[in-house]
Amino acid sequence: MARIETEPSSTQVAEEYSGSVEHVKPASFLLRELVAHLRDNRTQLREEWARRITEAKLLTAMTKDEIFAEATSVYDNYVEALETGTFEALQAYARNLSERIIPRGVETREVVGIVLLLRDVLARSLFAKYQADFTKLNRILDAYEPAANRIANTVAVGFVQERERIIREQQEAILELSTPVLQVRERLLILPIIGVIDPQRARQLTEQLLRGIRMNRAKVVVIDITGVAAMDATVANHLVQTVEASRLLGATVIVTGLSPEIAQTIVNIGVDLGKMNTVGDLQGGIEQAEHLLGYKVVPFAEAS
Amino acid sequence: MEVPILKQGDFLIATIQAALTDADLLHLRTALLQQVVRRRSRGVIVDVTSLDVMDSFASRTLREIAQMIHLRGAEMVIVGIQPEVAFAMVQLGLKLEHVATALDLEEGLAHLKQKSESTL
Repeated sequence: MARIETEPSSTQVAEEYSGSVEHVKPASFLLRELVAHLRDNRTQLREEWARRITEAKLLTAMTKDEIFAEATSVYDNYVEALETGTFEALQAYARNLSERIIPRGVETREVVGIVLLLRDVLARSLFAKYQADFTKLNRILDAYEPAANRIANTVAVGFVQERERIIREQQEAILELSTPVLQVRERLLILPIIGVIDPQRARQLTEQLLRGIRMNRAKVVVIDITGVAAMDATVANHLVQTVEASRLLGATVIVTGLSPEIAQTIVNIGVDLGKMNTVGDLQGGIEQAEHLLGYKVVPFAEAS
Repeated sequence: MEVPILKQGDFLIATIQAALTDADLLHLRTALLQQVVRRRSRGVIVDVTSLDVMDSFASRTLREIAQMIHLRGAEMVIVGIQPEVAFAMVQLGLKLEHVATALDLEEGLAHLKQKSESTL
């Protein structure tokens, strides 16, 4: 019996998948056959895959049930991506999956590993099915391989991007926590700096302080650098800039706690000390700040 | 663009609402000086809250306005410099030296009142 088939040539199929990320032409005839095969054999292929994951000692941070549950989702999303030729759903799933498993300690090599294993498991089943017809096997692989590669790529990149996003967030959180801007009186802020100030931290510090001045309507800021061991000329300049920028917002800055080394650096780089209001220690700085703001602190006995 | 200049008691308030061209800035300089003379003002507030950028010409012109107004026996305060603008300015070395600054209109008026009381 003759069957009329319009099988696209291999180059046509390849072209379909070399398009942009977003949308690619829907399944060709071969692809539909491929997808049908993957769907029909879903149960055993998925099990085979989960078995190989365990064998390769991947995803050790997760339980067998969890692996199986994720394997099911990944498998279904994989076949869906193959069928529709669109990868947005897969990208979204990859990001979602990454968000969930990164806190569990799953590493990039594991994620790339399991996706490649799935690719292998599915390829082997195709070899098994079409081994009698080499030409057809080739055509099926022409349809399968570019898509499978794209999928592996999408999942791996999604995972890495999610990791990078988390690292960036954590870095920002650490930076902000490390330089708290504290209000100790009406219109008076204290910025205690501890540790090493590199140019990035200096910049972040300045931005945080300026925002704090605006939010708290501060008129005086005491920047205490007792906890800063050393400062190079670049950072000293950043400090001077912070003082000047604060002034533009109407706030006076008092710098306290300069160590002998830092005092020397500042003199050496020729900073105009006339502009820098400095006091020996934090206590002195707060007292001067209160004076500037018109406060006078007296013991209860005196006040009555 | 014409910058509105309003009278508030002994003081003038000029509110800059958008980026000014060089010509606008020079016009403002002339207008403010004339108003200070005409109204016998003791102080001027220039409100730059709406500005999201300050270039070297604007910075220099504002300094000049402050100096001219000072020659008339009045004080000038610039208010409302945004944090991002302040940061950019110091990085470019635009320091607005010898020009008083305050956080906002309220602070600016308090500053002027305090200054004028101390000179009376």
